[in-house]
Amino acid sequence: MPQHPTERRVVVTGPPRRERRVLGYYRPRTEIDEQTTLGHTYVRSLMRSQLRAALTVFAVLGLLVGPLPLLFAAMPDARRLEWAVLGFGLYVPLVLLARWYVRRAERNERDFVRLVEDR
Amino acid sequence: MNSNYAVPAVALVVVATVLVGAFGLRISRTTSDFYVASRTVGPRLNAAAISGEYLSAASFLGIAGLVLVQGPDMLWYPVGYTAGYLVLLLFVAAPLRRSGAYTLPDFAEARLASQAVRRLAGAFVVGVGWLYLLPQLQGAGLTLTVLTGAPEWLGGVIVAVVVVATVAAGGMRSITFVQAFQYWLKLTALLVPALFLLLAWQSDGAPRHAFEEPATLREQRVVRVDDSLDLKLEGPLTVTVTGTVDGRPHDRRLRLPAGTHHIEQGTRLTFAKGATVPAADRGTNGGISTSLAASREERPLYATYGLILATFLGTMGLPHVVVRFYTSPHGVAARRTTVAVLGLIGVFYFLPPVYGALGRLYTPELTLTGNPDAAVLLLPDRMIGGLGGDLLGALVAGGAFAAFLSTASGLTMAVAGVLTQDVLPSRGVRHFRLGTVLAMAVPLAASVLVGGLPVADAVGLAFAVSASSFCPLLVLGIWWRRLTPPGAAAGMLVGGGSAFVAVAATMAGFPRTGSLHALLAWPALWSVPLAFLTMVLVSLATAGQVPAGTAAILARFHLPEQLRAEVKA
Repeated sequence: MPQHPTERRVVVTGPPRRERRVLGYYRPRTEIDEQTTLGHTYVRSLMRSQLRAALTVFAVLGLLVGPLPLLFAAMPDARRLEWAVLGFGLYVPLVLLARWYVRRAERNERDFVRLVEDR
Repeated sequence: MNSNYAVPAVALVVVATVLVGAFGLRISRTTSDFYVASRTVGPRLNAAAISGEYLSAASFLGIAGLVLVQGPDMLWYPVGYTAGYLVLLLFVAAPLRRSGAYTLPDFAEARLASQAVRRLAGAFVVGVGWLYLLPQLQGAGLTLTVLTGAPEWLGGVIVAVVVVATVAAGGMRSITFVQAFQYWLKLTALLVPALFLLLAWQSDGAPRHAFEEPATLREQRVVRVDDSLDLKLEGPLTVTVTGTVDGRPHDRRLRLPAGTHHIEQGTRLTFAKGATVPAADRGTNGGISTSLAASREERPLYATYGLILATFLGTMGLPHVVVRFYTSPHGVAARRTTVAVLGLIGVFYFLPPVYGALGRLYTPELTLTGNPDAAVLLLPDRMIGGLGGDLLGALVAGGAFAAFLSTASGLTMAVAGVLTQDVLPSRGVRHFRLGTVLAMAVPLAASVLVGGLPVADAVGLAFAVSASSFCPLLVLGIWWRRLTPPGAAAGMLVGGGSAFVAVAATMAGFPRTGSLHALLAWPALWSVPLAFLTMVLVSLATAGQVPAGTAAILARFHLPEQLRAEVKA
């Protein structure tokens, strides 16, 4: 090995972690970026979990709202109930459903990022 | 009604809109600013802007009028308008923002790589946008007529001119400020008078029979019938008539037997205190709250579910709603913005039922005069009166104009965007301005020329067409990787086209009664499943035409931004 002092002083630039990633250290990221079959499987799993969250909240919305017209038709004397429910009762549940969904969707995304970045 | 205060109030709103728009103009410099406010609008400002844009003439005047005429079933409208945003959040909000497209046609092209589907989507955007602009212009005309007795077309022309000026001058950046400002203006304009009206109601002994059916008159009231109508009486009615009933002139107290009676235009009816307000059967005539009423009585359950489906699924395809999502900085912000919007419009929708209920108590005769939409405008004068009533009435009138201006500017923005990109030869700010003029000219001409076009039908039609064309395109485009261009085109044409034909046939008065009438007047219940089914089946049949880049595009729709940002860096 040559012992010249000039040769030892080599400045290495660039982010060293990136090198390791390409070498297969952070595999899922590369798979997704390069659109391999495995990468598609990752994206598909994210889509499935997001769709499941959306459909769950949608089903709750349907169960909440769907029977109401039938209920009001079955009880034509309960006018005041209809006024109260339709006029003022449904907006708070709608906002709560929305917040619940957003929390779930963001958690799904965080979990996915963690999985992909292998942290 | 005293117009001494109302006219300055309307003028003030118009001037404030122009000024806030001009403030946006100073900082709107690039083309990107113009179309999407450079995508830097934070959740709070954007949520107020979206809400301001969404709360239209139908929300501000129409719901109270509908409730006044038809009772609490009509409260499904505001519920549907709100829940539509929840459905939009669940299936569309974040992926739509991440798609990076400017407009719905952009989305169609990015997802399906097809110019034909892009053009079809563009045609639907322009059609739905124009349908939705009509009621805004007519509502403005109605408000100005009620306030000042000005001719019907004047209000529409004022709104059109102000909107074209602000949109063409400042584009999306200035519109964002204008819309946010107008949300708070609209909320104040309904909230403050509502508080005073409730106090007046309280001091009146808090009568509760507003919730009973049907509405009754609390004091002797003279009603002037402006348009000839058929009166359906369940039982005999004693009324003093000055004018023509059933073809014979009268000027005396009259006992009308049960059945249908024809009242000529210009007749004065004097109802005694405590009389029941009869239901008018006027078919389709031009108010925001009339029209498809008759079919609801025949098939209330079917009609209610049709309404629920159309509003829940139609919201996501309204052009002025969708275009707003591109202004969020990223997908997560788009989601949070939507939650804030739900809260803001939910708060607003607490108010129209109050006006509807009070209208049933204090202005029930509006069901006969053909302008139940004026209930919100007339209530302060009727219940409080004096200077206070005039000032509150002026506040409501200003808010109503804010409603027309904001929704009309959002729609004009969206339609002009499509016209500029797909119809006019080159892109750029100057052509955008030309597109703005075009976008407004057509509905303005329609509202001036056609005049008494049934407005509720136009709104219902816009929602039904959007629910059966854009909803399947967006939902399947975002979540189903086997969607093909022929499938998307066929689904939009079959679903949106049949919904359009169905409601157009109803408006032309084709089947007047029976179950066929109900099916055609509320098409969403069959046209939405039909659209989804067509899209899926044709896509499966043309499986070979799935665009090559589908997997990469879906990854872009769904991957969180932090992953994508690093890929680029």
